[in-house]
Amino acid sequence: MAIDKNEPSKLRWGELEEDDDLDFLLPPKEVIGPDENGIKKVIEYRFNDEGNKVKITTTTRVRKLAKARLSKRALERRNWDKFGDAVREDVGSRLTMVSTEEILLERPRAPEAKASGDGLAQLSKGGAVLMVCRTCGKKGDHWTSKCPYKDLAAPVESFVDKPAAAETSAAAPGAGKGAYVPPSMRANAERTTGSDMRRRNDENSVRVTNLSEDTREADLHELFRSFGAVTRVYVAMDQKTGTSRGFGFVNFVNREDAQRAINKLNGYGYDNLILRVEWATPRTN
Amino acid sequence: MRPILMKGHERPLTFLKYNRDGDLLFSCAKDHTPTVWFADNGERLGTYRGHNGAVWTCDVSRDSTRLITGSADQTVKLWNVQKGTQLYTFNFGSPARSVEFAIGDKLAVITTDPFMELTSAIHVKRIAGDPTEQTEESVLVIKGPQGRINRAVWGPLNRTIISAGEDAVIRIWDSETGKLLKESDKESGHKKTITSLTKAADGSHFLSGSLDKSAKLWDTRTLTLIKTYGTERPVNAVAMSPLLDHVVLGGGQDASAVTTTDHRAGKFEAKFYDKILQEEIGGVKGHFGPINALAFNPDGKSFSSGGEDGYVRLHHFDPDYFNIKI
Repeated sequence: MAIDKNEPSKLRWGELEEDDDLDFLLPPKEVIGPDENGIKKVIEYRFNDEGNKVKITTTTRVRKLAKARLSKRALERRNWDKFGDAVREDVGSRLTMVSTEEILLERPRAPEAKASGDGLAQLSKGGAVLMVCRTCGKKGDHWTSKCPYKDLAAPVESFVDKPAAAETSAAAPGAGKGAYVPPSMRANAERTTGSDMRRRNDENSVRVTNLSEDTREADLHELFRSFGAVTRVYVAMDQKTGTSRGFGFVNFVNREDAQRAINKLNGYGYDNLILRVEWATPRTN
Repeated sequence: MRPILMKGHERPLTFLKYNRDGDLLFSCAKDHTPTVWFADNGERLGTYRGHNGAVWTCDVSRDSTRLITGSADQTVKLWNVQKGTQLYTFNFGSPARSVEFAIGDKLAVITTDPFMELTSAIHVKRIAGDPTEQTEESVLVIKGPQGRINRAVWGPLNRTIISAGEDAVIRIWDSETGKLLKESDKESGHKKTITSLTKAADGSHFLSGSLDKSAKLWDTRTLTLIKTYGTERPVNAVAMSPLLDHVVLGGGQDASAVTTTDHRAGKFEAKFYDKILQEEIGGVKGHFGPINALAFNPDGKSFSSGGEDGYVRLHHFDPDYFNIKI
């Protein structure tokens, strides 16, 4: 214990407790009062468990919720005793709390802007999935499977954009659906080098998520082939259970086909799940 | 703004009232115990124990010494505001739905529900300055409207009583003779139950809110319709700002819409409208259930809302509220 023996009147080390002794080594507590933004800083010094000096800075924002300019009677009422159930009020009972959220007086948007605004707001707030209905073309209102006009035959045609081409390209290889057809053997395959083909294909890769467990490559191929030539389909499988992990990739020959597939199938109801179809981000490997 | 949440009631709120000085807020709920809070920080001051049924309404005298409450237990009680003690009990044959002190606090108007053979009625009782001299006798009893009378208030200078209720008609009665003076026009008036009434600070006009999803502003002397404010939800409570030309409507939800609405909590809002232009200025969200009660502080700088969720939310306006322009 480092005691200053020159001042025996102040420090009689035998009488002082250890804590007091050590406290003498600490600088005093500082309070930097609320500045114009209401920020108040309290700087304290303490010894932590290992005996090291620790500086603790607490920054609080003092905010006045309201200016209470009370009349004389109101001030008297402020000092009234509590009665009824408030008599037994413990400090812990948080009956009165300031809201943690800042609530604003939300101005309404203009009517037509509001209608689309609501839809768009729903789109952005609805989480990951965009609600697109292809039947009536309305976004943000309902899914295609829930469309009130879904019994109209018209929408189905639009889905099958290139019927002739799709049929022939699938039929040509002769294998059953789901057989992998190398790009060079496709009906409308471009005669370029293999590596070019693959690179471009990977740029035309579309990721499909929210697939049901039973979805296989064949299903994806059948679903996407109407948009254009599909070079490769892949569905991620769980090796242990043999079910789909819920996502897969489809590679198109043409980028435009891939774009149309994304536009049309994103939000499409497939096997009781709403598909999410988007560009696949390029992988490093 | 940061609302102050006060959860003193376990059951839905029914009514909120500020005292004349604006420093106390009285809240009534279905849990039998009216509560008084400090209006600046929401701290609870006390509760008034004694009722045996849901408390539907209350009013406080101008000097903030007397509180009158009306309850479903068929009584109306007078309380000492400071101590929480009961001073007097008026007994009725049916639940009391609305009470209001007259200007001068010497009279009070009380409405009672239709119950069994009794029709709904409006009672005027004399309030004695000394509670020991209080008697049960009615100065006037008015019968006539069909259905429940949800609210009855005093007109200017206590000469008239304005009542509104389930039959969607607003009536003005003479407070001395009990004669019906005026009725609101059926064509332009409300189409469904009127749930709430609030008077302007100077008493020249008043606002009525109804389950027909609208609120209407009327002239007190002639009962002509001045303005109409429309919402998408049935209106349970209305309030007028004493400072600015704003009208606040608080509402609920149609029963049919309950199962199909968004599950997001905190969506019920108090809607602000410009009183003159009838346009919506904005909404204050936060309640987890329909808003049943609204009240403006007499200084116009804060307001509180009480909901079906049992919470009272006290809002002090930000400075930019006072600069809102359409």
